[in-house]
Amino acid sequence: MKPLSRTDLEALARSPASDPAEWIRVQLDTGGIAAGAEIVFNEINRIRLERQLPIALLRAGSVGYSFADPVVEVQARGMPRVHYGRVDAQVAGRIISEHCGTHQLVDEHVIATRRRSLTLTDPVTHILVRDTGPESGNKTEFFQFSLTEELKRRGLAGKVQVVRALDMGVYDKGIVVQLLPSAVTYANVLASDVARIVTKSVAGGKVLEELLWKETDKQVRVVLRNCGAIDPDSLEDYLGRAQGYQGFRRALLELTPEQVIGELKASGLRGRGGAGFPTWLKWQLTRAQPAAQRYVICNGDEGDPGAFMDRSVLESDPHSVLEGMMIAAYAMGSSQGYFYIRAEYPRAVERIERAIVQAREAGLLGENILGTGFSFNAKVRLGAGAFVCGEETALIASIEGKRGSPSPRPPYPSVRGLWGKPTAINNVETLASVPAILLRGGAWFAGLGTESSKGTKVFAVTGKVRNAQLVEVPMGTTLHDIVYDVCGGVLDGKDIKGVQTGGPSGGVIPSQHLDTPISYETLQKLGSIMGSGGMLVMDQHDSMVEVAKFYLRFCVDESCGKCAPCRIGGYQMLQILDRISRGRGSPADLVTIRRICSAMQKASLCGLGQTAPNPVLSTLRYFDEEYKAYLEGGPSYARKMSRASTAEPAREPAKPAVAP
Amino acid sequence: MIKARINQIDVEVPEGTSILDAARQVQVKIPTLCKHKDLLPTAACGICIVRNKGSNKLIRSCCTPLENDMEITTHDHDIVDVRRATLELILSNHPQACLNCGRNGECELQSLAADFNIPMESIKRYVRDTPPDTSTGSIVIDFEKCIKCGRCIQVCQEMQNVWALSFLDRGINTRMAPAGDITLAESPCVKCGQCSAHCPTGAIVENDETPAVWEALHDPEKVCVVQIAPSVRVTLGEAFGLPPGTNLTKKLYAALRRLGFKAVFDTNFSADVTIVEEASEFIQRFAHKRGPLPLITSCCPSWTDFMEKNHWDFIDNFSTAKSPQQILGVLAKTYYAEKMKIDPAKLYMVSIMPCTAKKYELSRTEEMYASGHKDVDVSLTTRELARMLKQSGIDFLNLADAEPDSVLGEYSGAGTIFGATGGVMEAAIRTAYFYATGKKLEKVEVDAVRGLDGVKQGEISVNGAKVRVAVAHGLANVEEVLNRVRAARKAGQELPYHFIEVMACPGGCIGGGGQPYGVDNKRRTQRSAGLYQDDRDCPVRHSHENPEVIRLYKEFLGQPLSDKAHHLLHTQYTARPVYQR
Repeated sequence: MKPLSRTDLEALARSPASDPAEWIRVQLDTGGIAAGAEIVFNEINRIRLERQLPIALLRAGSVGYSFADPVVEVQARGMPRVHYGRVDAQVAGRIISEHCGTHQLVDEHVIATRRRSLTLTDPVTHILVRDTGPESGNKTEFFQFSLTEELKRRGLAGKVQVVRALDMGVYDKGIVVQLLPSAVTYANVLASDVARIVTKSVAGGKVLEELLWKETDKQVRVVLRNCGAIDPDSLEDYLGRAQGYQGFRRALLELTPEQVIGELKASGLRGRGGAGFPTWLKWQLTRAQPAAQRYVICNGDEGDPGAFMDRSVLESDPHSVLEGMMIAAYAMGSSQGYFYIRAEYPRAVERIERAIVQAREAGLLGENILGTGFSFNAKVRLGAGAFVCGEETALIASIEGKRGSPSPRPPYPSVRGLWGKPTAINNVETLASVPAILLRGGAWFAGLGTESSKGTKVFAVTGKVRNAQLVEVPMGTTLHDIVYDVCGGVLDGKDIKGVQTGGPSGGVIPSQHLDTPISYETLQKLGSIMGSGGMLVMDQHDSMVEVAKFYLRFCVDESCGKCAPCRIGGYQMLQILDRISRGRGSPADLVTIRRICSAMQKASLCGLGQTAPNPVLSTLRYFDEEYKAYLEGGPSYARKMSRASTAEPAREPAKPAVAP
Repeated sequence: MIKARINQIDVEVPEGTSILDAARQVQVKIPTLCKHKDLLPTAACGICIVRNKGSNKLIRSCCTPLENDMEITTHDHDIVDVRRATLELILSNHPQACLNCGRNGECELQSLAADFNIPMESIKRYVRDTPPDTSTGSIVIDFEKCIKCGRCIQVCQEMQNVWALSFLDRGINTRMAPAGDITLAESPCVKCGQCSAHCPTGAIVENDETPAVWEALHDPEKVCVVQIAPSVRVTLGEAFGLPPGTNLTKKLYAALRRLGFKAVFDTNFSADVTIVEEASEFIQRFAHKRGPLPLITSCCPSWTDFMEKNHWDFIDNFSTAKSPQQILGVLAKTYYAEKMKIDPAKLYMVSIMPCTAKKYELSRTEEMYASGHKDVDVSLTTRELARMLKQSGIDFLNLADAEPDSVLGEYSGAGTIFGATGGVMEAAIRTAYFYATGKKLEKVEVDAVRGLDGVKQGEISVNGAKVRVAVAHGLANVEEVLNRVRAARKAGQELPYHFIEVMACPGGCIGGGGQPYGVDNKRRTQRSAGLYQDDRDCPVRHSHENPEVIRLYKEFLGQPLSDKAHHLLHTQYTARPVYQR
């Protein structure tokens, strides 16, 4: 790509690029590829070339539907744009011949759009149907049959197709029906409603108010705005279709660094790595340090079990993160940035590296950017996967080539950071939010969320949940809404016991507190933390002692070993927990556990040790009867429990890929 | 200046002072296991936590600077409880082997545990079974006793620039060990023992060789003789409760005789011999242009080891004169044995040194056997001698003064200051000046090379020519000096120095790795002051004027740098590269 000028960028802002008429977009992120997305991509490409079809085959990152990987999005002439999930080579073939060829949607693979409509604007061409009640009495096929029969009776056979959907985006609402292309959605549909739907809505074009599902999607996509929608390897795509680098253009050409910081201040954006430090303040403190060199670092050392937000953003929209870093650099007066990404994320590394090369070729990185005199370069540094290297000072030590152990603060990195220079370290998600804020204004962002916690937050919801996926919701959304309304509730319709948030530094929030609106403060009050956004759903069969042990073991394994409370405290506590979980504990053990927890929280050097007791303390707080049951029940009870529970909290959803 | 309150006591300290140090100023002692006055805080132990008013968090006082208007509480129920729990955790990861430990009675962990009166253990002990590293014969690392405070690693890497020790593994398996998990002997370790001097527990100690000495003393076949190093006389008293710097030379002679040594010599005597040889070498190179400049002192075995491993391009610059320990050893088994008509094979030479590396020097090269026997049989550190004296039942401090044995006992003031940084240089200047000019130096104190600055420089006018000297102590300071020489050589410029003294340990031998525990700069200054006082008290202050030295050359060696002197008193060096940082 030849270097861009100011006028080029301004022109792109006015007239974005348009899509080809017919395309298939395959979501090639790590999760998708693991589930077979590359096989799907190759199969589609083979058929396309073989039959010389005028369909563009595009790449994208993940839209976040991890439960349905591999996910493919299809746009064909005369067809509603849909996402297909759990696609394999055979389904890919059917998508081309049926969806693109005969204009028939493919049964059991369509993921209904979340942008539901309240009015019927276009004639109905397809009807999605799914029984969202308990799996045992699945009536989806029955309703497909009766809707089809009813259509035949009305002479609409062949004009309207009834399709069994994979996912409706509405859960536990009985039979849910969606009329495409308008996306009018009916819930709790009974057999007696079938005739009305066909006569009034399909034939008559009228909305049945009494069946209409009016709730809008709880999700608001700010960080994930481009994920799954653009090709992460294409700067042209980002520039042309995602208003790429327009936020940077505005900052660089229209605002002073102080004004950029002011915009961030107005947005109320707080660090998304977990602690929630105001981003504008971090930038301001770094900027205020007199120094010839300042550094900006993107912390991509995501390591919580079950968390994959950062990986997904880096893989799906790398230019956004880079643009966020460039805006941060401009605001702080930094000329060098580092992406610290763990080596276990090879695709994220590859895509960020490509993004850097592309931005440099386009003149967006380097010396004297867009003729403004501002110079900035970015490099990638690989982490070896130690969890503690996500801690600022340990991360800096790691970049400097030293053992990744934290050092005492103060001095804070904003004063003495990388190579002794003022350094601002921002999380991936924080940086990805920044271009949107510059583009749409701090006030817009501050309009989302709660008083103390503004904007949106991405969560990786996993565990015993029906739809494990990435979720982005405004702060203040309740855990209940996320688990039940967005992710479809607990797997197999079981009762929820609690949700673990914040990863190994967080705690378990029991079911009675699921209605709490999420913010940094409320979660802390409940004994957990926001953390980077891992969210693990647990059902009644999960033993809380085992859960506490699981997270504690993670911290014990990942402790750097520098300070005594964390190094020894974690290990000793794990031994005691292990003893309890084998039914060989004593009541005195609980007293010792609390003492060790207190020492770790108060005397550990860094956040890892200070927060490692949280899963133990929060389960003791809300589920102490489970601990007592182990103490009283002895070894026989422990054996019974270990048989009953699969006790594998960090479970990835099963998604086998079948190659032809 | 920062004004704040600690335990409601007003305190005013310069900006940047840590809460821990500020508290000391108002007589508040905050316990710590990892912070050492010589070192930057590592913040590892978590014992020194305090609370600032209005904050829920406890902060580490070792690494947090005091700020204006802070209101610090150092002891309340919560803080003490957390401290106690942390200490219990540390003890749960430490073998309970106090009674058999080299640090018994002098251990920081032990005394803190005693202060806190830790009762029956509530946490099950877990100590990973790890064999000790005894590979060097100088220093023993007992990994099980390590509390991972990080002092030794900081000392090894930052203070000494040796980089032998590091942390390996992580979590509960974290351990201090030679980097790369090799033995200490295979590592770049130079045996300086500063790690052992800074260790709060018994994890790093000198290789205790007192049993061998006891055995020799009780062996009727052996004639045990002993030498005491310059610095030992002003440090040994600390082990008996005397203030640092107390000069115990004459009591030491008496005590050693009571221990059963047949003759008591003074390493100060052989220091004078070293100076006579080294000053002659310098005059050869400086005045007669025979041999390369700068001349670099070589009496510190850690330094020679460090040079052979890291700076072997300076081998030709090294003084070939042996160290005083080895010179006394070889002279005892030749000159003295001849004079006293004792079979040198029966002579058993013990040296009392401030140093763990001296144990290594005993068999460093073949030249350490110049007498035909092992010139010095065993080298003990000051700490080991203190233990022997305590075991022997000698009321050491109340002994009557005694004199050393001729012909290797008399010493000059120049010999005694060998024990302090800059001392070798000062002694050499006194003698070299005389050799060059035939006149005595008027002002014998060379102030430019005294004191605790890491690198000291001076200029002495000799016959109108300027002799530029540099003194470095603490191995981290060496590179700076050598790099200046390298840069000048490369650029073809005039050498920045003609004569360089290096001592591996900060402060020189008075700060040696084998000295009584608790070293810091205050103690180093006090100990040096003791030596400089001894120098002032000496009737003879020039090595070449020591009557026994004069007699030695007249009766035995002939001239300085004579063939015989070369054979007995000089050594060589070889490059022995190891991995570097």
